[in-house]
Amino acid sequence: MESCFHCGEDCLEELITYNEKSFCCAGCKTVFEILNSNDLSYYYDLQEAPGISPKLKEDKYEYLENAEIVDRLLEFDHEKTQIVSFSIPSIHCSSCIWILENLHKLHSGVKSSQVDFPKKTIRLSFTAEEISLKELVVLLSRIGYEPNISLDNFEKKESEHDRSLIYKLGVAGFAFGNIMFLSFPEYFEINEFWLDQFKYLFRWLMFSFSLPVVFYSGKDYFISAYKGLRSGILNIDVPIALGIFVLFVRSTAEIVLDLGTGFFDSLSGLVFFLLLGKFFQQKTYSFLSFERDYKSYFPIAVTRISSEEEQIEEQVQVYKIRKGDTVLIRNEELIPMDAEILEGQANIDYSFVTGEADLVNKAEGDKVYAGGRQKGSIIKLKVLKPVEQSYLTELWSNEVFQKDRSFGFQSLTNRISKNFTIAVLSIAILATTFWLFADPTKAWNVFTAVLIIACPCAIALAAPFTLGNLLRIFGKKGIYLKDASVIERMAAIDTVVFDKTGTITTTGQTTAEYEGLELSDKELQMLGGSLKASSHPLSRSLYSILQHHGIRTPDSYKEYVGAGIECDFEGNRIKIGSASFTGESDSEEISNGKTAVHISSNAQYKGCFSFRNTYRKGMSGLFQQLSRNKYIIVLSGDNEGERDRLQSLLPVESGIHFNQKPGDKLEFIRQLQHGGRKVMMVGDGLNDAGALAQSEIGIAVSEDINVFSPACDGVMDASILSNLADYFQLAKKGVSIIQASFILSLVYNITGLAFAVTGNLMPVVAAILMPLSSISIVIFTTLATQILSKKLKK
Amino acid sequence: MSIIYMLLAISVVVAIIFFVAFIVSVRKGQYDDVYTPSVRMLFDDELVKSPAKENQPVNKEKFN
Repeated sequence: MESCFHCGEDCLEELITYNEKSFCCAGCKTVFEILNSNDLSYYYDLQEAPGISPKLKEDKYEYLENAEIVDRLLEFDHEKTQIVSFSIPSIHCSSCIWILENLHKLHSGVKSSQVDFPKKTIRLSFTAEEISLKELVVLLSRIGYEPNISLDNFEKKESEHDRSLIYKLGVAGFAFGNIMFLSFPEYFEINEFWLDQFKYLFRWLMFSFSLPVVFYSGKDYFISAYKGLRSGILNIDVPIALGIFVLFVRSTAEIVLDLGTGFFDSLSGLVFFLLLGKFFQQKTYSFLSFERDYKSYFPIAVTRISSEEEQIEEQVQVYKIRKGDTVLIRNEELIPMDAEILEGQANIDYSFVTGEADLVNKAEGDKVYAGGRQKGSIIKLKVLKPVEQSYLTELWSNEVFQKDRSFGFQSLTNRISKNFTIAVLSIAILATTFWLFADPTKAWNVFTAVLIIACPCAIALAAPFTLGNLLRIFGKKGIYLKDASVIERMAAIDTVVFDKTGTITTTGQTTAEYEGLELSDKELQMLGGSLKASSHPLSRSLYSILQHHGIRTPDSYKEYVGAGIECDFEGNRIKIGSASFTGESDSEEISNGKTAVHISSNAQYKGCFSFRNTYRKGMSGLFQQLSRNKYIIVLSGDNEGERDRLQSLLPVESGIHFNQKPGDKLEFIRQLQHGGRKVMMVGDGLNDAGALAQSEIGIAVSEDINVFSPACDGVMDASILSNLADYFQLAKKGVSIIQASFILSLVYNITGLAFAVTGNLMPVVAAILMPLSSISIVIFTTLATQILSKKLKK
Repeated sequence: MSIIYMLLAISVVVAIIFFVAFIVSVRKGQYDDVYTPSVRMLFDDELVKSPAKENQPVNKEKFN
């Protein structure tokens, strides 16, 4: 099997040889030609087979001629300079960066372009006089980098980066370094005349460096602790804020009263390490969006027929479409509103909304709903409900999409911190009371020292570093989780609900099974020839599934809309299509409710090809593994046709439910949760969006992680779905690592407390003990997670 | 020994200069994308790769 020089795919359907190189399709060859003739073949030197085969459909971008839409998309527009940013999901390697930043070589109208690789976006500066926005988008699409333009782009312009954490980290780090430097003389207790002279200056400098650390870098901890206390929760930030506050007050008191040098180094170090942990945890995958709703999928514009008599077509923003307007939907276009068919034959793929894989045929006068994708010929629709009120968008008004799921979840850290805070406060009070009687001069010292040393810096670091590391490991394997709390929640899951179509079955590949009288070789050849000529989606997929027995070009070919095709070959007539078209009456029995293509030859009914989904590899093994400690349920939008096959894959005690609409799935998950179960939903597409949002964890499975991911907690590469059980293991072990780190940090705290309670806490002890505990926790968690990930297969 | 005042002042000023430089670079977006520039800088040399240009006409003749 040859693989394509451009995109590296196997050349399955056709093989084009050009320039002594093989290509899998004309698109790939064209891109190669474009790049080669423009002196850009260096693209292929950077990486082997770096390209993406382009899907050319240039009329798709007609709406980019509408000035109003262009205006909304442009970031900057003045005379000869226009700037626009696009998200390009197909950016994947350094070759992509190179070619996209050399666009000006392909077209002189492009002034400059800059790629942001982690975000998979490109910012283009161009001259509209030379190249229009539409031409620019077409240019990008032609070389395989089709921008993703949806209703979402329309709403929000480039959101501002939140850089406050980097600033805070910078401030804390800067102050930490300087304060450490200034405290050296005190660490070594050098009794040197000059250093003693300048000690006060050093101390006041340290004080001034610590001010921004406490009041700027550390302010989030005070705010969070205040909020927690107000709502009656003792979260981890309470002891931290207390620690920071006591450190600052005691240190300031010490230098004011000339008692000592204070703990400014520990203070700034503490804040610095805490922020470092936060920074580590915050690293998420910016190129993936976890908050997608229907707007990310809907087109920006539709074709409206503005004047019924003159049939003037115009591209209009989706939001401007009103009830009663007439719109045109072409092949492969998404229907963005509920409407009634005026003209044409609709073959609608609702898999997006219902999960049902079969095409739905609708004739004139029928109602169609938003979210369906038209396959085949052009249709004319009358709008019944505009976008905002359509059936699909109403799903998003469900309250599950409003609530923040991580709220109400008690993380391990917070659960421990409650007891921890209480313990620390009691020790502090007890120790102080004791010293009040034993030696009142030391009481104040002991009280503050206990609060300082007990500040749960190491505990607060354990979770961010472990979970942050695990997030990274998960990401490397192809499962991208929204944030660290998802891992903790994952460890607690006891029920896993799978969607069927597109999740445990593959979307693209279907297999067909033939039932009926045997077809002769000649008939098979005729069948191949007829199917090749047809553009109906079912014929296309059947054609690609059938093994080719040579192809005969039909002598005559006729397509009946909504029924099938009829072809003649040397006096033989073959009919392919619906049961009634081919003359079979009791079709129900044969096809058993499945999608089928029926065939008759010379007016004799032969049989039918029934389609069915292929299950992903390793599903049965995964179900067995999961069923050891979890309850498995499969929810499907499809009919019961597949029940037997599904049952054979699943462990006996699992549940299977068919005919589930999006709302039903959501309700089903809610019922499970009412029964006290912790549910993980694994699904794809918009039809599962409600269920994904309702469950404890919603994981969206996708074959191309850049394209489809409805609002969820994680996006998973479909090819690794069979390893899901291993990830549960990993999440569980991650939680044990955190627990182990807690124990380790408690040891430090107890050691420190021994110093504090006895009234022996010297600045130098604090300066050694506090960073030591933090750093050793970081090292411990990093090593432990590394070892865990090594054990993971793949 | 009052030189220490000056030395201290200088060291703090230097530290503050670096700190300001850091703030400015963050504000300008240098930390927004920490991957692409590292790849981009490797391209510069190859952009003026002459052999590719010389090969070009030969290829065209062969296949036109």
